Amino acid sequence: MPHRTFFWFIIPSLTAMILFIAFPVISVITQSLHVEHEKVLVSSESCGPFGCKQVTVIDVEATAQLRTDQPLGQFSGFDNYTNRNHLAFDEISLAWSNSENMSMFFNKLLNLPFYKALAFTLTYTFVVTPFVIVLGLAIALGVNALPKFAKGPTIFVSLLPMIVTPLIGSLILFWMIDGEGVIGASIQSLFNDPNLSLKASPALTWMMLIVYGIWHSAPFSFIVFYAGLQTVPTDTLEAATIDGANRWQRIRYVVVPYMKPLVVFITLMQLMDNFRVLEPIVSFASEASATSLSWIIYKDLTSDTQLFGSAAATSMLTIVGVAILLLPVLFRTWRDFSRTAH
Amino acid sequence: MSNPAQRRSTSLAIISTGFVVLWIMVAASPFLWTLWGSFKVQGDFFSKADWTNALYGVRTMIETGDFFTTNGYYGAWVEHGFGESVINTAIVVVSTVIISLTLGTLGGYALARSGFKYSFWILMLALVFRAMPHITLVSGYLLPFFEWNVWGYLPTSIIVLVAINQPFTLWMLHSFFLNIPKDLDESAMVDGCTRFQAFRHVIIPVMWPGVITTGLFSFLLAYNDFAVTASLLSQDNQTMIPKIASFLGTTQVEGNVMFAVAAVVSAMIPLFILVMFFQRQIVSGLTTGAVKG
Repeated sequence: MPHRTFFWFIIPSLTAMILFIAFPVISVITQSLHVEHEKVLVSSESCGPFGCKQVTVIDVEATAQLRTDQPLGQFSGFDNYTNRNHLAFDEISLAWSNSENMSMFFNKLLNLPFYKALAFTLTYTFVVTPFVIVLGLAIALGVNALPKFAKGPTIFVSLLPMIVTPLIGSLILFWMIDGEGVIGASIQSLFNDPNLSLKASPALTWMMLIVYGIWHSAPFSFIVFYAGLQTVPTDTLEAATIDGANRWQRIRYVVVPYMKPLVVFITLMQLMDNFRVLEPIVSFASEASATSLSWIIYKDLTSDTQLFGSAAATSMLTIVGVAILLLPVLFRTWRDFSRTAH
Repeated sequence: MSNPAQRRSTSLAIISTGFVVLWIMVAASPFLWTLWGSFKVQGDFFSKADWTNALYGVRTMIETGDFFTTNGYYGAWVEHGFGESVINTAIVVVSTVIISLTLGTLGGYALARSGFKYSFWILMLALVFRAMPHITLVSGYLLPFFEWNVWGYLPTSIIVLVAINQPFTLWMLHSFFLNIPKDLDESAMVDGCTRFQAFRHVIIPVMWPGVITTGLFSFLLAYNDFAVTASLLSQDNQTMIPKIASFLGTTQVEGNVMFAVAAVVSAMIPLFILVMFFQRQIVSGLTTGAVKG
């Protein structure tokens, strides 16, 4: 295909991506270097019968004017990145020097909004992803062994947790674990503790969010593994059996190697998707005990005074985080590509 | 079974079937529970006394005199205008699917047929774009959109969703077009067609299975989106998902959680119907690119 034709075919799609994905990133970078204007203050001397005093008032009109003239705010360099709500260098060094031991330091660290969100986001990503892979493979092996007529309906039901809107799926779960919902009430009676609430304790909230994450994503890895299982050649399996391999050895040495590229694929997708976790936190209203990077951006953007600079700085840090996560996979793809090219 | 590789012991078969049955229950019961509960009153769905009340509708019987009640649906659809957001969702989803498929087929076809090195880089770029959390992009949109006075309208969200959708659409259609033999359009070009005519007359008639599969996923992305629609649409133009999110704050105060439950069930139904009819396409779509490497 000549370059010209290629260009005309790809240009609509490429324009959309450049305008609405690449430019916003530039816009995020710019915004992250600015903060909102401070209110314009006017001092005047008001004199009464008992003498004069200095009065400082907010000039509402001038403030509004300044904000319309320069919506971006004022340039602040890297302040947004280093302030208390983000990387919080000052607070960390203070906490480091004031803490007697590591646990005290970590306590202080996790009280800072950015690190609190980062801790949950990373825990969520790195707990959910392996669980999803193992559970998905187990379900796929189980479904593969079912009689033919049962496979279709099983796959239908299995798809539901993944296909349903994340906000809705997590809401449904949230209502069930409510102290008065079915699971919440059952757990209370199981432990005989009417005050036990899955929402009140941070550890339990983290656990429920992770359980939701596994429930939501397991179908994806199940489907991918199930499709992969159909491509495992029966000849090889038979040969292994004749050579005396038992069932476990057949799975370990024949099936699993066939699944290896699929594991890479699922890991890549899961890392991307779990790192952006947002909806469950909104549904669970869990901000007191668990927040995520996406959630703090969302909160900055939807609060009454929108903090564009702060949201942009968190966004940049999130993008850097995604890049670090994906770098090994991207590097691997690039190496494979250049190997085939030569 | 005669095939020794397929033979398994009975105990193993029981364990494996039992595990699948357990998974099916875990996967399906939350939906069934919520569907059933949406026809009850709050006192049953969130029962202080006994969770089986939700099954038998004890409070529902006392409060409404009937076993089932549609009060939740009435509240959501009539009192809170859930219908409007359903229409908005329909507009956003249908437009997003049509536009992203149009752009995606052209781009995906070009990427599949060109052997240039930069087409690989475009695909890699698309993968990087795919990895961006949507909310980070939203924080880049808001300020410019406010400045240009385009914030809050449906077309703005549609264009943004189309763009966010492109990386995935390109990847999927690219791998689909790779499976259509090159000879097909090249022989048309030997017969004197231009590249576009070959695309129009030879490729378009055979591309529908792939386009439908990709369209399903564009549909799901637009339908399930929360980050973009919740922050880019004004109150009047809200689609279903942000509407449900905004229900939460208000209805919990008024004690009408059942409105939200009814709205959630209403939003769930179209997805279930979709899976029912397109299960095969969804499964094949999830595995494109994975199984083939």
